Amino acid sequence: MKEFLASVKKEFRHIFRDRRTVLIVMIMPVIQIILFGFAVSTEVNRVRVMVCGDMSDISVMRITDRIDNNRYLEIAGTLSNPGEIEDVFRRNEADVAVCFGMDFGRESVSPSGNARVRIIGDGSDPNTARMTVSYVAGVIQQEQQDISTSLAGEKRPSMAPVVQLMYNPAMKSSYNFVPGVMGLILMLICSMMTAVSIVREKETGTLELLLVSPVKPVWVILSKLMPYLVLSAVNFASILLLSHYVMEVPVKGSLILLSAAALVFVITSLAIGILVSVISSSQRTAMLICGMGLTMPTMIFSGIIFPCESMPEVLQWFSDIIPAKWFIIMVKKIMIQGGGLAAVAREMSILTGMAVVLLAASIRSFRTRLQ
Amino acid sequence: MAAIEIRNISKSYRDIRAVQDISLKVDEGEIFGLIGPDGAGKTTLFRIMTTLMLADSGSGEICGHDIVRDYYGIRKIIGYMPGKFSLYQDLSVRENLEFFATLFGTTIKDNYDNIKEIYSQIEPFRDRRAGKLSGGMKQKLALCCALVHRPSVLFLDEPTTGVDAVSRKDFWTMLRRIRSSGVTIFVSTPYMDEAALCDRLALIQNGGIIGSGTPEEIVSAYPYRILAVKGPSMYPLLKALRKIDGTVSCFSFGDCHHVAYDPARTCREAILGKAAEEGFADCSAEEISPGIEDCFMQLSGKWILN
Amino acid sequence: MDTELNAIEIRNLTKRFGNFTAVDNISFNVRNGEIFGFLGANGAGKTTAMRILCGLSRPSEGEGTVAGYDIRNEQEKIKRNIGYMSQKFSLYPDLTVGENIRLFGGIYGLNDRQIREKTEEMLSMLDLRQERDKYAGSLPLGWKQKLSFCIALIHDPRIIFLDEPTGGVDPETRRRFWELIYDTAEKGTTIFVTTHYMDEAEYCDRVSVMVDGKIAALDSPENLKTRFSARNMDEVFRIIAGRAEREERP
Repeated sequence: MKEFLASVKKEFRHIFRDRRTVLIVMIMPVIQIILFGFAVSTEVNRVRVMVCGDMSDISVMRITDRIDNNRYLEIAGTLSNPGEIEDVFRRNEADVAVCFGMDFGRESVSPSGNARVRIIGDGSDPNTARMTVSYVAGVIQQEQQDISTSLAGEKRPSMAPVVQLMYNPAMKSSYNFVPGVMGLILMLICSMMTAVSIVREKETGTLELLLVSPVKPVWVILSKLMPYLVLSAVNFASILLLSHYVMEVPVKGSLILLSAAALVFVITSLAIGILVSVISSSQRTAMLICGMGLTMPTMIFSGIIFPCESMPEVLQWFSDIIPAKWFIIMVKKIMIQGGGLAAVAREMSILTGMAVVLLAASIRSFRTRLQ
Repeated sequence: MAAIEIRNISKSYRDIRAVQDISLKVDEGEIFGLIGPDGAGKTTLFRIMTTLMLADSGSGEICGHDIVRDYYGIRKIIGYMPGKFSLYQDLSVRENLEFFATLFGTTIKDNYDNIKEIYSQIEPFRDRRAGKLSGGMKQKLALCCALVHRPSVLFLDEPTTGVDAVSRKDFWTMLRRIRSSGVTIFVSTPYMDEAALCDRLALIQNGGIIGSGTPEEIVSAYPYRILAVKGPSMYPLLKALRKIDGTVSCFSFGDCHHVAYDPARTCREAILGKAAEEGFADCSAEEISPGIEDCFMQLSGKWILN
Repeated sequence: MDTELNAIEIRNLTKRFGNFTAVDNISFNVRNGEIFGFLGANGAGKTTAMRILCGLSRPSEGEGTVAGYDIRNEQEKIKRNIGYMSQKFSLYPDLTVGENIRLFGGIYGLNDRQIREKTEEMLSMLDLRQERDKYAGSLPLGWKQKLSFCIALIHDPRIIFLDEPTGGVDPETRRRFWELIYDTAEKGTTIFVTTHYMDEAEYCDRVSVMVDGKIAALDSPENLKTRFSARNMDEVFRIIAGRAEREERP
C-alpha cells in the first residue's frame, strides 16, 4: 500500500511539474466550450429573412411582422421579384427568403386551400439552412393556426403539421455540443494522457526499473490512473459549470446519476489508454492512435458535427462500439431530457460492460516483462 | 551457490539472433565483466537475467531463484542500472531515491550507511531535478537508486559509456568498494581497458561468448606473441608491417603498433629486418604481453591472416 | 593569420549561457590537413565549442574562421564547407545504402553525375557493393559508422568534424575506422575529432585538452607525454583533466 501511495505521489509530481500540460488540460474544455458555443455555432440566431410578395396584402404583412418580432429572426428587406433571391443570397444579404404567392391573403382564408408560400434557404451551409428553413416554417404555420382559430365557425384541420422541438425550442446547438465536448475531453484526458505517461516511461527506460522492482504491475497501473481520474473530475466540473452558467444548458436530471455515468466512462477511457500504451512503443505512436483512433471517431459519432442518424447503416453499427457514443446519449438524456436511471439503463449497462471488459483486458495485457 | 548461473541461453528477435547459447557462472562477491562492442547482445542478456525478458531457450538462476518461474523472488534481491540514464528527470535527487526505496519496501534512512559513500557526493544537490544533473552525478544517483534496497546482486549495463576517462576511473573505484561489502556485481562495458579491473570476465561478440575467465587466464590463452613496434611514420609502417610474412595481424595501439606473430614462423629480428627492407630502418620493437584488447581481437576471429 | 595554412583559427572565443561560461576565452589554430584531437572531460565545454565551429551556434565573444569563413556571420558558408559525423548513426535507417548516398549528395547540391560517381567510389572504397540495396539500419555498427563518415565527406569538405565517431565499436573496427581517417587526412582533408578512447588520442597530430571551459594543454601527443612525464595519453589526460574544479553541467 505504501508503494502504491508513493507511486501516486510520484505521478502527481510528474503532472504538476509539467506546467504546460496542466495548463492545456485545464484550459482545453473552456476553449472548446467557448469555441463551439460562439464561433462554430449552428444556432438559429438573428437569421436574416427576405420577404418576396405583395406587401399590400394584409396576410403577408402580418406574417412579416410576426417574423420581425421573433427573437431569432429579422427582416432583411423585401423583394418584388422572386428572381432576385439568388442575387441576394450571393451577396450574402439574407439567410432565407419567404415567397408569397399571388393573392396569398385571400387564398389563405378561402376553403380552396390554394395559399402558396415558398421558403427558400441558402443551401451553401446545409446544416444552418435546414434549421432556419424549418424554423421559419414553424412561424408561418403558427400564423396559419391562428387564422384557423380566428375563423371559429369554419374550423378545419391545419394544412401542415406544426413543427415543434421539444426540450430545445430554440434549437440551441449548445444542447448538442456540451455532451459532445464532455465526452471528447474526458476521452482525451483519460486515454491519451494515460497512454502517453506509460509510454514515456517505456521510452526513458524507467519502466524497466519499475518492472525489476517487486511492485506488482497492477499497482503501477492503478497509480498511473489516479491523477487522471482527478484531472477528469476537475474537467467534468468545469464543463458543467461553464455550460450551465455561460451556455445556459440546464441540468434537468440527477447530478449524481450524471457523475456516475461520467465515472463509468472515465474508467472505460483509462482502460483504453492502458491498452494503447501496451501496443505503442513511442509517445508519438500513442498520440497518433489516440488522436486518430479515439478522438476522431468520438468527434464524428458524438453528434457535434453530424447527427448519427443520418449516417450510413454500417457506420451506425460501427458507432455502437465507441464508448463515447453511449456516454453522450446518456448525458443528453440526463442533462437535457431529465431522464432518470430507468431512461439510461440500456446505455449505462452497455458502457459498464465495456468498462469491465476493457479494464480486465488492459490489466491482463500489461505484462510483467518487457515483451 | 553461485550468485548467477545461466545455461545455454538463446534469444532471437524475428530473424536476428541476439544471444546464442550463452552459459555463465558468477560467484558470490565478485565483479564479473561482460565485455564487448555495441550490438553484441549485452543488453539482451541483461534483460534476460533481470527477468525483464524471456529467453527462447536455456535456463538459469540468480541466487538460486529460477529466472523464469521465480522472477518475483529475483526482483526483490537485485539492483539494476539500465544502459541509459533511467531515472525520473522531473523528480529531484531525493524524490527519485525515496521513490525507489519505497518501491522495494524500505527507506533511505534504513539503508543510509549502504549508500552513504556515493550519496554523500550528490547530497548537496538533493533538491535539484535529476534532469539538471551532470552526467557524472546522474550516474551516481542511478547507482544509489540501484543500491538503496541492499541488493545481493547488482546489474550494471554499460555504466561508463560516454563517460570520460577520469570519471570512469572513479566509477570503478566505487564498484570495488561496493564489492567489498559482499555484493556481486555483473557489469558490462565496451571499453576493453576496464577488463583488467574485473575479477573475472566474459568477452562477447555477435551474441556469443568468445572467451571467459580471469583476465590472466584470458591473456595466457593468447596463442601468439606480440611485438610493439614504433617508427617515425606510423601509418605507412602499419601498412608495411601487415605485408610481412609470418605476422598474424597488425593494428595501432596508441603510440605503437601491435604486431601479432606466430613464433613458429618468424621472430622479432626477422620482422625488423623485413621492415628495414621496406624502408623502415629505424624502428624500435619490444616484446610485450598481450592486453585484453589483443585477446578480444584474436578471439573475435576477424583477422587478416597472411 | 594566414588562412592558407590554417583550416581553423579561433581567437578569444567565449560562450556564456546566463551566468555560466561554457567556453572561456579559448584560442587555437588547426592546420590544414592535420588530425586534431579535441579532448576534455564531460562538461568541459567541448560540445559547445564544437557547435560554434560547425556554425550551429554563435559565440558570445571572440572571433575566428573555419575553412576561411567567419564564425560570426558566415555560418551558412561554414556549413557548406565542413562535414560532420557524430557517434549517433546519422543516416536514415529506413533508406537503403544507395538511397542514403543519393539523398545526402542531393542535400549538398551534387548533380546526378557527381552523385553516381561518388556512390561508386564510396561503395568500392568501403567494399559495400553487395549491400547497396540493403537498408542502412540493417548494417553492422562498424559499417554504419564508416558509411556515415564517407557520406559526411560527400561534398569534399575542407574539414570534417567527428564527434566520438568510434563509441561502442569493437576494437578492430575502431582501428579500421582510424585507418580510414588517416587515408582521408592524406588526401588533405583536415580532421577535427573528439574521443573518449585515450589510445586514439595518440593517433592525432596534435591534441588539445579542455578543462573548465579553457584549453589546458595543446601539443603533439609526444610533447605532452614528455611534458607531464607520462607513459601514455591516458595518464596525460588524467593529470590535466584531474585538475578540473568546476562541476560538469549537462
